Amino acid sequence: MAKQVKRLDRVIIRFAGDSGDGMQLTGDRFTQESATFGNDLSTLPNFPAEIRAPQGTLPGVSSFQVHFADHDILTPGDAPDVLVAMNPAALRANLGDLPKGATIVVDTHDFTARNLTKAGYAANPLEDESLAEYAVHDLDLTGMTVEAVKEFGLSRKDAARAKNMFALGLLSWLYGRPTESTIAFLQKRFAKVPDIRDANVAAYKAGWNFGETTETFVVSYEIKPAPMPAGTYRNITGNLALAYGLIAGGVQSGLHLFLGSYPITPASDILHELSKHKAFGVTTFQAEDEIAGIGAAIGASFSGSLGVTTTSGPGIALKSESIGLAVMTELPLLVVDVQRGGPSTGLPTKTEQADLLQAMFGRNGEAPVPIVAPRSPGDCFDTALEAVRIAVTYRTPVMLLSDGYLANGSEPWRIPELAELPQIDPAFATEPNHGEGEEAEFWPYLRDEQTLARPWAIPGTPGLEHRIGGLEKADGHGNISYDPANHDYMVRTRAAKVERIAESLPPLEVDDPGAASGQGARVLVLGWGSTYGPIGAGVRRVRKAGYHVAQVHLRHLNPFPRDLGDVLKRYDKILVPEMNLGQLAMLVRARYLVDAVGYNHVRGLPLKAAELAEAIGNLVAEAEGIEVDFSALAHSPAGGEDA
Amino acid sequence: MTTSSNTDLGLPAMRSGIELVPTRGDDQQLTGKDFTSDQEVRWCPGCGDYAVLKAVQSFLPDLGLRRENIVFVSGIGCSSRFPYYLETYGMHSIHGRAPSIATGIATSREDLSVWVVTGDGDALSIGGNHLIHALRRNVNMTILLFNNRIYGLTKGQYSPTSETGKITKSTPMGSLDHPFNPVSLALGAEATFVARTIDSDRKHLTAVLSAAAEHRGTSFVEIYQNCPIFNDGAFDAVKSPTTRDDAIIPLVHGEPIRFGATTDGHGGKGLIRDVETGGVKVVEVGGAADQVSPDDVLVHDAHSADATTAFALSRLTDSGRLHQAPIGIFRQVVRPTYDDQARDQVKEAAAHVSGSATDRLSALIGGGDTWTVA
Repeated sequence: MAKQVKRLDRVIIRFAGDSGDGMQLTGDRFTQESATFGNDLSTLPNFPAEIRAPQGTLPGVSSFQVHFADHDILTPGDAPDVLVAMNPAALRANLGDLPKGATIVVDTHDFTARNLTKAGYAANPLEDESLAEYAVHDLDLTGMTVEAVKEFGLSRKDAARAKNMFALGLLSWLYGRPTESTIAFLQKRFAKVPDIRDANVAAYKAGWNFGETTETFVVSYEIKPAPMPAGTYRNITGNLALAYGLIAGGVQSGLHLFLGSYPITPASDILHELSKHKAFGVTTFQAEDEIAGIGAAIGASFSGSLGVTTTSGPGIALKSESIGLAVMTELPLLVVDVQRGGPSTGLPTKTEQADLLQAMFGRNGEAPVPIVAPRSPGDCFDTALEAVRIAVTYRTPVMLLSDGYLANGSEPWRIPELAELPQIDPAFATEPNHGEGEEAEFWPYLRDEQTLARPWAIPGTPGLEHRIGGLEKADGHGNISYDPANHDYMVRTRAAKVERIAESLPPLEVDDPGAASGQGARVLVLGWGSTYGPIGAGVRRVRKAGYHVAQVHLRHLNPFPRDLGDVLKRYDKILVPEMNLGQLAMLVRARYLVDAVGYNHVRGLPLKAAELAEAIGNLVAEAEGIEVDFSALAHSPAGGEDA
Repeated sequence: MTTSSNTDLGLPAMRSGIELVPTRGDDQQLTGKDFTSDQEVRWCPGCGDYAVLKAVQSFLPDLGLRRENIVFVSGIGCSSRFPYYLETYGMHSIHGRAPSIATGIATSREDLSVWVVTGDGDALSIGGNHLIHALRRNVNMTILLFNNRIYGLTKGQYSPTSETGKITKSTPMGSLDHPFNPVSLALGAEATFVARTIDSDRKHLTAVLSAAAEHRGTSFVEIYQNCPIFNDGAFDAVKSPTTRDDAIIPLVHGEPIRFGATTDGHGGKGLIRDVETGGVKVVEVGGAADQVSPDDVLVHDAHSADATTAFALSRLTDSGRLHQAPIGIFRQVVRPTYDDQARDQVKEAAAHVSGSATDRLSALIGGGDTWTVA
């Protein structure tokens, strides 16, 4: 009997299980299937810091949320429509996030007395009324998997391990996902272990077939491809896009890339990725510590390579003195901070954006460093290139602030044509720059009048031998100087050089649809980094409710774009949502004397669009002098067209 | 008599440390003056650093390298001002980090002769981690550790090589820390070239520098250097004409290790293996019944694959007030360098691809599962 197919415009699925259950892989495959199908999507992996927390416990739960739609979406979604729970702990850890009526697919196999106790259940929730408000499908996924793969003669343990593919097959059927890419993926991934390969493929197909034949599922769903700008797309995570952006920076500048790095979550994947691309002239150096990582990168930059160091917040703390050296020696350098929850070791696998002030001020002395931040996983590519442009053009360390959500989250990314990418000219010094004839000398601190950048003369260039270092340099010839007036001048000049970068930036994009027709908003929402998605989604909800609100999202945090002050002054109220306690808000208040107010959460998770919409709406009501209950925005039903 | 001024250091045949560095033409002779920058040297009068600077400036022309292909990197401390006084490329970096910066330089450029100038505080205290990792990686560079057994620039606190019980500004009741033996440390860190020399012995210093530059890998050279202000006389035993013959144990590859007042044209003392401890010990050498035959004296083998004897020799250095120390090259062995291998990996990877970098970049970012929207 042909089953009913129901059309939906968007769905949020969360796959949850024990850290050893392969939920990240399952989610990633479902995402790839959805991407190639043409949906817009956004993902949120969420996993514990422990590699294998005790099995079956709440701390050991790993999950992967994917939001896919037939229209443009901005976030991985606040609340899942569907939860796939592979054990009692996964059910208990995630149930609180589900709206009433949500679908739950449960693997009953692990709902034993022992596992229920481990998860903190006094009674089996599948046998009492506690899940009555949800549409529960309790299935023995493990048992069906073992049955489906028995012909391959695997141990029971190995056979059961394919249960994630059974679950993936079932969900793929339920939402009409194409299967070819996952089958090809499994065949490649397990090419060297044929029985495991065949078992995974068989489990995946069995899951699909189960969905199609069983009477448990009477409806399957269709989510049409989303209209997107023309181009070729791929699904990409932030860390991968960032690594590609760095490689592109090397290619576009003609410089060899030198990465000095020490492994740290959630930045290590950039080191892993770059180490695979040595053919591009990329050198990766796994250093003995964070300090050596940046030290070697500085040495490489001094020698004429593009020095890069990648880390997370604790690593930035260790690198601070070296960043100061790069400020003083005015060498191109990229410092990538994939932010995570802090302080100290904090929440290694969770996201946060609380390193802005550290990036801005976390050094001794007046040590200005340009800061850029990507807004989405795919934007990590462009932002890395922009960081390279600034570093090379202005001879300065540049801080790039990504975060854990961007690093591991993914979205469809329109692959750029190389002709769209900027050309970056290292413009090495080759000749003396001061005096004539016999008297001609090379002065390493004689600056370009427009950019205030100093010349970059690399070893091996005859006649330009010079010494640089951390001691204050005299303007021009660059010898050590303790002269008070010179120090004052150099401090101001280094600051002025960073400010000059603003002259190379395009005007801000102000998203205020009514402004052109005189219906401009009174409230501006100002953000930076990975909050772009939730802020955009929140703004859409408020606009859909019929109110005006403007949005500006900053890529450049230092220097600020030249028109930011004017833009801020156009609005009565400015809301700055951040995953910190108000760091950008502090900067804009100090710089522009505007009464920016914060919307701040540090939960280790992206901001929720619905809650943000309510906060924006309330500020709009206040600014417009109207009484509206925006709490309804926080409960927009799943399935309705939304972001 | 075998003394510290013997310049036959017995170099093995191996790929040179400066093999890939461009050389000057015969018509481009340079002198020490060409390596002297226009900066006024500002060490204290009588500082041992002057002697080392002079020796380095005089010796660099002998390498025959193009001046612009030489880089000196230093950390922080009195000795770390060194690069400012040399007319080469240079970086006076931050405390303890010079080996890491030099690692980046040496790894990214095979055509540079890379030198690190550091002190006992810079290399062994704040920068200890970078030093040991540079040594184990065997990055092609020469590290000159100026050991004056005191903190000079911060005005006289004890250092990680100061003898226990040292009375200093920060230790009025005497220091408690047991000191490092820099040579033992370097050997323990898998160094492939380990030597010790003395600031005031220009000839030996120059010979060691030459051997260090020629060595492919990390060359570690401890230079005993007198600080006349805060630790004057720390090395008098090995410098004074009246005591040095008994204090210096000269290490020359292939030669019996003998020292002390002369007997048969060689030193009256020598080293033999100590079967009880597994180390080496000092004995009287001669024909008498209580003396050891010259034929039984230990012959120095700097190129032994096993570092055990080199380590045993390093232990003859006093950890307290210095009365006796082996001087010369303890160990020089061939091991592939980190930087050569890192560059080889890049070349190897590049050899397996074709097409321009832009085409390959296009293919890279356009790879994976893609779909096209018309």
